[in-house]
Amino acid sequence: MIPVATPNLTAPHPSASHPSAPPITQARRRRNSRTLKGVLLSVPMKILIAVILIIEIYPLVWMLISSFKTQAEFLGKSFWSFPADPQFSNYVNAFTVGDMGHYILNSAIVVFPSLALIILFGTAAGFALEVMVFKGRGFILMLFLAGILIPGQMILLPLFTIYFQTGLTGSLWPLIITYTATGMPLTVFFMATYFRSIPKEIFEASTLDGANIFRTFWSVGFPMVRNAVFTVALVQFFFLWNDLLIALTFTNSQSLQTIQVGLLNFTGNYGQVSYGPLFAAICVSVFGTLVIYLFLNQRVMKGLTAGSVKG
Amino acid sequence: MKSVLGDRRAIFALLGPALLVYSLIVMVPIFWSLGYTFFTGSIVSGFTPNGFDNFVEFFTDPTAWSALAFTVKYAVVLTVGQVVIGYAFALMYHFYLKRASAIIRTLVFFPVVLPTVAVALLFQQFFQSAPTTGPVNGFLNSLGLSSVDWFGHADSAFWVIVAVDIWRSMGFYAVLLYAGIVDIPDDIVESSRIDGASGWKLLRHIILPLSLPVLLSSVIFSINGTLKVFDSVLALTNGGPGSGTTPLTLYMYQTSFTYGDYGYGSTIALMLTILCLLVTVFIFRAQRRDLTKA
Repeated sequence: MIPVATPNLTAPHPSASHPSAPPITQARRRRNSRTLKGVLLSVPMKILIAVILIIEIYPLVWMLISSFKTQAEFLGKSFWSFPADPQFSNYVNAFTVGDMGHYILNSAIVVFPSLALIILFGTAAGFALEVMVFKGRGFILMLFLAGILIPGQMILLPLFTIYFQTGLTGSLWPLIITYTATGMPLTVFFMATYFRSIPKEIFEASTLDGANIFRTFWSVGFPMVRNAVFTVALVQFFFLWNDLLIALTFTNSQSLQTIQVGLLNFTGNYGQVSYGPLFAAICVSVFGTLVIYLFLNQRVMKGLTAGSVKG
Repeated sequence: MKSVLGDRRAIFALLGPALLVYSLIVMVPIFWSLGYTFFTGSIVSGFTPNGFDNFVEFFTDPTAWSALAFTVKYAVVLTVGQVVIGYAFALMYHFYLKRASAIIRTLVFFPVVLPTVAVALLFQQFFQSAPTTGPVNGFLNSLGLSSVDWFGHADSAFWVIVAVDIWRSMGFYAVLLYAGIVDIPDDIVESSRIDGASGWKLLRHIILPLSLPVLLSSVIFSINGTLKVFDSVLALTNGGPGSGTTPLTLYMYQTSFTYGDYGYGSTIALMLTILCLLVTVFIFRAQRRDLTKA
């Protein structure tokens, strides 16, 4: 009853799994593309692709150029004008006046410990649910899955009360705890699926050789799903780093704000917007994740589409 | 061996931490939140029971109705937009670009990983009319048209939110649906081509029915995600003008934290949850009926 996408991260990438076309097909295609119709079709297609690329990339180019403009250039010159004298001071201001460094640090302090806990707990639970034998495994897995469908708004208020009563409000602990818990469903579900694909005989052999269950998990199971662990960590990183709802709810002072919450301060709710630093801050935020994507794009694409259950 | 894999203490140690943190931080609050729906007040002002008043208020509150309407309208428009555009991209990747599509796929996908807040703030400036003129209005001006105050009216603001979220997510659905189209066996497509099917006919009678499962799961993912829209609306319009672009998620947030009414906030959250569950069940039902027909 719950939408379950089979995370086929272990399968090769679509383009690789694409069966190579038989020779006849290739010949047919080559012939088609040489016909007049084929050529005519390809011209509008090329224009279409150019338009798509402009729509995708132009906003970022504009953002980058804008981040070097002066306030006067924003208000006086047209949007396509180039900055007469590139204002690197916009970036300096984003970090000094705007406190970007502090927000990034807060995000890192929250996201990386949460990630470590999510991976450790989630992998162990996935291992227990798939490899070990006990009653109620199916039910517990369903319980974890149910969490994916529930909107975050449903748990915010009780959590706010809990953190307030226990005195955790005013620290970054509420974020770490909430992130760890909300990262659980997807991670447990993924890891259970990976462990399912490993032949049980491997773990049985390991226990026959005298390894206890923790050693079997840590020295046999964990290394076998190492790749999957990395992908899941990457996906969860983007979810946590880009989160706004939880960060906004549990950061009650500016000194606790994460990068996403902090960015909102730049739009100047209390006066005129300083456009240069605003654009510089957006640039820093955007290019940070873009760099990760530059190096790991295939893995990110596979991981995020497999994690689409999260919506 | 059986006893090692069935060792209760080991199961407890491995499963325990995940189950404990998940139960305490996700499961317990869900039921706790259900309890809140029968109270009014907050942790600051204290709670007083008020029976079913919150539910009565929800169904008589015009802002709640408009938030519900916005949420549904946004979810439907965005789901259709994401899946249709994503499917068009997927078809283009597979049938026109073929193996050269990898670079385009990767390029069109990248906005998915960008922080929503940053993207929303960028497009807020992109559609700006005053005091600065953003590229969209600048383009209109260069065509001789006057600037549009996109964020001044609920209708135009709605379409800006839709456009930004489609920009962010179309590459994602393109890749998701592409994986489904690639899985269609080549010989089926080839043999129907030999039988004379091409273009629209091939799409309508071969490709579309065979990619129905992946289309359906895309619709479910999309609608479940879009019903929970929050980040992009908050950063783009903050629900304005007035409450013209306020979805249930944002209304719940404002009710709880700006007006300090946890009871009514929980009621709105519950309605949203019910909406998500209903839609998912409904789509599954619809799909089952279709399968028996075919």
